[in-house]
Amino acid sequence: MSDYVRQLQIPGDSSDLSRRAPLALRLHLDLPLLLLLTLLTVFGLVVLYSAAGQKMAALIRQGQYFLLAFCVMFVAAQIDLKRYQRWSPWFYVLGVMLLVGVMFFGVGAKGAQRWLSVGGFRFQPSEILKLVMPLTVAWYLSSRGLPPRFKYVIACLLLVALPSGLILMQPDLGTALLIAASGLFVLFVAGIGWSYILGAFLLACLSAWPVWMYVLKGYQKQRILTLLNPESDKLGAGWNIIQSKTAIGSGGWDGKGWLNGTQSQLDFLPESHTDFIIAVLAEEFGMRGVLALMGIYLLIVLRGFWITVRANSNFGRMVAGSVTLTFFVYIFVNMGMVAGLLPVVGVPLPLVSAGGTSVVTLMAGFGLLMAVATADSGRLR
Amino acid sequence: MPQPIHLKDPGGDSRIFIARTLFSALLVLALMGMILARYYDLQINDYEIYRTQSERNRVQLQSLPPKRGLIYDRNGVLLADNRPSHILSIIRERVDDLDATLGELQTLLPISESDLENFQQKLQRRRPYEAVPLRFRLTEEERALLAVNRHRMPGVTVDAQLVRHYPYGDLFSHAVGYVGRINEQEAERLDERDYRGTFHVGKVGVEKFYEDLLLGEVGYQNVETNAHGRVLRVLERFDPVPGADITLHLDFHLQQTAVEALGGQRGAVVAIDPLTGGVLALVSTPGYDSNLFVNGISSADYKILRNSPDVPLFNRAVQGQYPPGSTVKPMMAMAGLQSGLVTPETTVADPGWYSLPGDSRRYRDWILKIRGTGHAPRVDMHMAVAESCDVYFYDLARRLTIDRMHDYLLGYGLGQRTGVDTTNERPGVLPSTRWKRDAMNQPWYPGETLSAGIGQGYMLATPMQLAAATSVLATRGLYRAPRLLRSIAGEPQLSDPRETISAPPAYWDAVHESMVAVVHSTRGTARKIGEGMRYQMASKTGTSQVIGIAQNAIYVESEVAERHRNHGLFIAFAPYEAPTIAVAVIVENGGGASAASPIARAVLDAWLVDEAPVEEASGDASGEVPGQAPGAALVDE
Repeated sequence: MSDYVRQLQIPGDSSDLSRRAPLALRLHLDLPLLLLLTLLTVFGLVVLYSAAGQKMAALIRQGQYFLLAFCVMFVAAQIDLKRYQRWSPWFYVLGVMLLVGVMFFGVGAKGAQRWLSVGGFRFQPSEILKLVMPLTVAWYLSSRGLPPRFKYVIACLLLVALPSGLILMQPDLGTALLIAASGLFVLFVAGIGWSYILGAFLLACLSAWPVWMYVLKGYQKQRILTLLNPESDKLGAGWNIIQSKTAIGSGGWDGKGWLNGTQSQLDFLPESHTDFIIAVLAEEFGMRGVLALMGIYLLIVLRGFWITVRANSNFGRMVAGSVTLTFFVYIFVNMGMVAGLLPVVGVPLPLVSAGGTSVVTLMAGFGLLMAVATADSGRLR
Repeated sequence: MPQPIHLKDPGGDSRIFIARTLFSALLVLALMGMILARYYDLQINDYEIYRTQSERNRVQLQSLPPKRGLIYDRNGVLLADNRPSHILSIIRERVDDLDATLGELQTLLPISESDLENFQQKLQRRRPYEAVPLRFRLTEEERALLAVNRHRMPGVTVDAQLVRHYPYGDLFSHAVGYVGRINEQEAERLDERDYRGTFHVGKVGVEKFYEDLLLGEVGYQNVETNAHGRVLRVLERFDPVPGADITLHLDFHLQQTAVEALGGQRGAVVAIDPLTGGVLALVSTPGYDSNLFVNGISSADYKILRNSPDVPLFNRAVQGQYPPGSTVKPMMAMAGLQSGLVTPETTVADPGWYSLPGDSRRYRDWILKIRGTGHAPRVDMHMAVAESCDVYFYDLARRLTIDRMHDYLLGYGLGQRTGVDTTNERPGVLPSTRWKRDAMNQPWYPGETLSAGIGQGYMLATPMQLAAATSVLATRGLYRAPRLLRSIAGEPQLSDPRETISAPPAYWDAVHESMVAVVHSTRGTARKIGEGMRYQMASKTGTSQVIGIAQNAIYVESEVAERHRNHGLFIAFAPYEAPTIAVAVIVENGGGASAASPIARAVLDAWLVDEAPVEEASGDASGEVPGQAPGAALVDE
């Protein structure tokens, strides 16, 4: 009842809704978000064309991914939130089973087993978890009262730890952390006490030493060491950081102009069209380009938070909050690592870096966000 | 209600969500601010640093070494050309740990101490972005090894560069000289700009003398390179100017003939075209392979050359100073005629020895030990030259006195550098009282005048000087500084003659006829080589003592150690009526002139008679076929 009352408290809202309903709500689309995402993908394609060596083929392929991703988003937005709530535990079980399957039947490269191959089609079960994780924790907490009590927090942590641990064993540290974060964000949004957060922070600090000693692999330690002192290994692991910093720095305020970035066009910049694409943007469009991109991202994140606040179920709020925060983590980690603030982990710049999987996953997340934004609206009316 | 718990405290839940979302938003803004601050720092504060770094990444200044000028013989035979050679270089600024890189390279391919030393020296002179050569002449295998390992060794490059090659290194080692890698002293002397990108410089001979001509001018280019060091495009380019191609007077066939005729003996042959002063052959044996020096001679090879008793690195043709012996007699005869002290008819009594008035010491004629007497009761000038009578010239020398002898012989270019366009030329000695006072701070003794009269004693001449002097005899008094350079890029280089001896034609006729008799008379000292000769030559034999012979001792060749035997000398010009070649030959420890005269004959034959295959094969650039015309004319005689 109170939800209903709150809706009514906004003057003219109901009449607005009734007029706009056919266009946006009936299609379960959040127009501002859709607009921002479209803007972002167009901007991303422009940068990608330059970063991928001005190959039209790369642009077309990425465009196809985007088309697919927007379709996935649209479909995801149509599904009723309650259905998500009901299905999420089953998805969770399926996801964990697939991860176990990866352990035994997985394929991969460079010493990491991350893919399952089914009938010639390869996919990463860990991608499914990126969405299923917050859904599952939200499902669990939504029926247990907020803020969650201690035993439920523990249960949540176990829910998070199981798939994260499995992914860590592949090994895929970046994804494991992202998935763990997406689950923990639900707890955070759900309002777990600050004492938990502080405790977790202390625990993390305390476990840093054993993790460094026993968990991290050599190349992972190298990445962290390289971050602290890239000059120590100028042509090995430090090369990427030095070249990306040079690319960013040499862009200045105005940038060198589209397609004119020497660092990116002359192959000095590694992974220029995937993980390090922000350096191409920074070099060619300068600080102005960085600010524009950051602006779009910020608006998307704020819209996500708006949806979180405006959602009319705890499940929706928790899911929306987590999806939004996870999206921001992508941005922060990627932009931070390329600029030499964070260690190099394989996190793409969301919706700009080339690649199909992350785009589809992210857009599915935004579909979920739109489902939250438009949930129950019909019933309310 | 499907979710009763949900409705328990919706207002409270909502507040939690709002608070947490607000907190998240603030956190997001803070972290984004942090990221932006980092980008601001990189892009605005440190913009200049990174812009410079990216330019340095991208643009590389490369010097373009000029192609060294080629050296041809008179008929267009290539004596020095350039061939591609693969060079391992290091660009200092791209290497983090030079010692480690050098160490790693040493595990891959042999790098000698001298390579390293050379490299370290150059390293200090070149700019950090310039490639400094470390190893030359990489083999196919070494290049493959480097290609495989290159990614581990940034700053290590392999380039193909044109490097000097001498197709006839042994034959022309002393005539052409060689280039070698620039050493420390040279680096100090040479203009750093001119030699940027050039690793070699003329060290000796024509290569050194005409370094400025051959070098050319360095060019530059700014190139854009990608991360792999590959040049993508040239941003700016100033082409190098190649060095001038030069043609020498040297004749391949003549040079070859002279070397073969020397047949492994130590000696020298210089042949000059009297009409131009052009040096047709410049031989000093033993020689060496000039190619050994181009990219740094190995210490083992160098030790062999350095320590050989035959001193192969010594250019006998211009550095070797020998007593000219009897080869000065035609010049002495001319001096006698010019001074009016003798006429062609004047005779001197010849008992086989000569004494100064009031002195019992006997100055023996060489004939004495053979015949026990003189050449004839009385000897005139013709016989004195043809049979090389010492007594005649002892008498002439005494009457001429040493200082007048000096003045007359000066006209033949003795006692001073000829100015031939090569390196390390020595001046020889044309003694005079003043010379002895200056050089030895001693007075001149009358007996020394007699020795000088037959080209012994203090008198020293290089084979180059003797050839030039012979040329003066052939041209009846015209001195031309011997020249190796014939033309620069097809442009002929002429040297002006100087009349250094002015005498009536009759005098020249008399002396020339006496020189002809050396070969073409029954009693001439070199009559043996005249057999079957299709032209007439004017010549003079000579023998120079290596050790002094005691007053009453007799020199017996077989009893003297090989190294102490007399040097054999021979000068000649031909054809006698219209000389086109003058030649001087010395055979060290040959015993006597008979060792030298056949060599001169072979050289003259090659020039005047032989149908040189080289000349036919490669047409002369200037269209002149030397030696053919006079040779053909002589066949009819």
